[in-house]
Amino acid sequence: MSSVGIVMLVHTALERAEQVVRHWTAAGCPVVLHVDRKVDDARFRAFKVKFTKDPLVRFSNRHRCEWGTWGIVAASQSASELMLAQFADVRHVFLASGSCLPLRPVQELVDYLAARPRTDFIESATTADVPWIVGGLSTERFTLRFPFSWKRQRRTFDAYVSLQRKLGIRRRIPYGLIPHMGSQWWCLTRQTLSAILEDPNRKAYDAYFRRVWIPDESYYQTLARLYSSKIESRSLTLSKFDFQGKPHVFYDDHLQLLRRSDCFVARKIWPQADRLYRTFLTDASGAMKRTEPNPGKIDRIFAKAVERRTRGRKGLYMQSRYPDVGAENGMTSGPYSILQGFSELFENFEPWFARATGARVHGHLFAPERAVFSDDQQLFNGCLSDNARSRDYNPERFLSNLIWNTRGERQCFQFGPRDTQKANWFMARDANAQISVISGAWAIPLFKSNANFTELRREAARLQQIESDQLQLLRSKWVSARIRIWSMAEFVEAPMENLQTIVDEIGPLANSHLSEAPKMVDLVGFGQFLQNLKNQGMHPYLMGDFPVDPTPAQTSQRPRKPYLVK
Amino acid sequence: MGLWDSYRMRLRRKRRILRALRKSRELRCVQDNTSRIRPKDILLVSTIRNEKIRLPYFLKYYRDLGVSHFLFVDNDSNDGMQSYLGEMDDVSIWHTKGSYKASNFGVDWCNFLLRKYAHGHWSLIVDPDELFVYPFCDTRPVRALTDWLDSSQLRSFSAMLLDVYPKGRIDEIPYKAGQNPLEIAHWFDSGNYTVSRNATYGNLWIQGGPRARVFFGDKPRQAPALNKIPLVKWDRKYAYVSSTHALLPRGLNQVYETDGGEKASGILLHTKFLDTFSGKAQEELKRRQHYAGSVEYAAYAETLKTQPDLWCKWSEKYINWRQLEILGLMSKGNWA
Repeated sequence: MSSVGIVMLVHTALERAEQVVRHWTAAGCPVVLHVDRKVDDARFRAFKVKFTKDPLVRFSNRHRCEWGTWGIVAASQSASELMLAQFADVRHVFLASGSCLPLRPVQELVDYLAARPRTDFIESATTADVPWIVGGLSTERFTLRFPFSWKRQRRTFDAYVSLQRKLGIRRRIPYGLIPHMGSQWWCLTRQTLSAILEDPNRKAYDAYFRRVWIPDESYYQTLARLYSSKIESRSLTLSKFDFQGKPHVFYDDHLQLLRRSDCFVARKIWPQADRLYRTFLTDASGAMKRTEPNPGKIDRIFAKAVERRTRGRKGLYMQSRYPDVGAENGMTSGPYSILQGFSELFENFEPWFARATGARVHGHLFAPERAVFSDDQQLFNGCLSDNARSRDYNPERFLSNLIWNTRGERQCFQFGPRDTQKANWFMARDANAQISVISGAWAIPLFKSNANFTELRREAARLQQIESDQLQLLRSKWVSARIRIWSMAEFVEAPMENLQTIVDEIGPLANSHLSEAPKMVDLVGFGQFLQNLKNQGMHPYLMGDFPVDPTPAQTSQRPRKPYLVK
Repeated sequence: MGLWDSYRMRLRRKRRILRALRKSRELRCVQDNTSRIRPKDILLVSTIRNEKIRLPYFLKYYRDLGVSHFLFVDNDSNDGMQSYLGEMDDVSIWHTKGSYKASNFGVDWCNFLLRKYAHGHWSLIVDPDELFVYPFCDTRPVRALTDWLDSSQLRSFSAMLLDVYPKGRIDEIPYKAGQNPLEIAHWFDSGNYTVSRNATYGNLWIQGGPRARVFFGDKPRQAPALNKIPLVKWDRKYAYVSSTHALLPRGLNQVYETDGGEKASGILLHTKFLDTFSGKAQEELKRRQHYAGSVEYAAYAETLKTQPDLWCKWSEKYINWRQLEILGLMSKGNWA
């Protein structure tokens, strides 16, 4: 007979439990089964009958086991007592559940424990040091009373907790105990386990833990600290929990992961994971190929799952992720640039900017006629359409989709007061947005156009109003975007310097100094144009001051050379 | 949500159920295998009209996923569907000559069947041209998903409708019975979906995809809704309100996370655009039995005359669920 005894708590999937029991006993390990009281008598008897001929299998008294309650501890106590009494050779008792699956040959576990005859494997940490507490109850698990079921009587449970908090009721922790917590799956030596079970104070301890919340995670974990000569604070059972504190389940497709985990036992296994059971139970020698152990990979996969559930992917809006305003955790998936007034002030600005930054540079994405994608495409990544009505139906989603669809490529686009303004607030709140505005530059196309002056005047008034509203919004205190605003007059004083700062912000390609300059439009007569608007009673102020009279140096008849800065 | 609101919703739900009971008089059971339904079976409910050609693959697909029983409403098909299904003991059929439109586009019939047979069962409510895809569907049966949903105390699971289409003319390659429709139509739009919230029922309202792009570019508001909640652990108190887009009680529509995280979700691959489509569109246009005066089918018929290629250079070719999850169309949530 083996020196390792298995205490197994079973409540569902009895066929699977049977398979696992046979696996343990085949290797000589005695098994004591605790079958949940909730399993009906007929099924229990049918189950028990299957083991009548097996000398290594015993059945303990049955208790009603409900998650988070004392029943589970009572079950393990009864079963452990039976184990210690009936199988004298047992040196280590291993607590397992019906959905635990041994991954390595049983003999390896036996040898491993035989080499560590005095060591107790039980995860046991003080409440202050564990991060994985669910439900907001840490120390209070030990100082409040929990007579109600968390699963079935949640309201009463919560009400009673808050009542106790209000009244300031606190339980006294029995003298000498320091509350510890940890995984409920342990492996204890006969010495420690019997000391716990035969403790003269056991009645008092049991009475105390009966009203502690989730006592199966703290009873043995606390008491083992009293008696163990050597605690190794980890569980031999691989068990991962998600953000609700419920164990992750392993399926057939986890086979390779489990193989490489190097753990002795894993839980929970989905009862219908035929391939896992077949692989690990029948093919004992080859079950765990002694390949490179890699338990870290399982950790990463489950940690990522929790992360996905609680934080999600930045900038994604879809059927199962629709964050409230303010809870987006990244409103878009990556940084992008909005350039206002640049393509008005410089000729052929977009291709130049694309060359200088290596980014994708679009035209006016929010233009009233259509979304002007780069290279004048009608459709863009993700089959995004240039149709203005489709876009304006939900401009914020249009933008977040565009950024999401082009993950890995920096997007830049032109903007202006002619464009749809419905996404302004979204962009202003978005920390990924980099907004650069040359205010008043919208006047340049008007200045160059051939329209009647009355029309120009009306259009100028409209655009100025829109841009002024936009600037007010960009200057509000709720803004998270990176914002630069120049008046046009301010910008033309040192255009290259200003461009350089924008380009520098964009990316690695831009780290070199700008070598090629964009050509600024000819502004001769612009001052006069503004003055004419003023004379008509419309005061353009967003562009700053442009002198009306050409300076003496520019009185020659030849058109002035455009700004060209090297 | 105030008390008054809750009360109104409750009334609305009761009305749905009463309506379903009333409409059930239009249903005549022609094949009853419902006694074979065992307590934990996963059921599938569908309304079918002249879709026999799709059934062989449809049945195989869902049997392979682990669906145990099919409950079909035959809306007066004349293509021999009943005789084809006659031998199958996992199929029950109800025939009706009733109006699809007057039964709230089949919802009333489904609500009735669900109430009568699906209480306590995980149930899939899908059309015959919809293929359900969920995380790990290539390695885990639906039962694994529903067990996980059970243990997470979730009662409903969302799967957005994703239109798949062929490259080239829709009628270029004829579809043969038993064939995987994805062999012909395996392109989709990956990133042009708009999402907003429906304040009445709390469900999301998703529009977009090739239909919005090609047929509804200038009238995006009318584009068909793509949000669906096709997998529900049914209770006789539940009712679908409009197609499978929304349910009552409203809690069942909370299939999305509002706090930044992602819940698990799947996809319904919508294989509508096969060569059978043009004929269907013509017929449906005549019958006028679809939503909003069949405005959808009017738009299809109009556009299909001139521009029958839904494919564009940004179309994505369907590979598997992992691809859809990377593209952000569905999510594993915290299922791993």
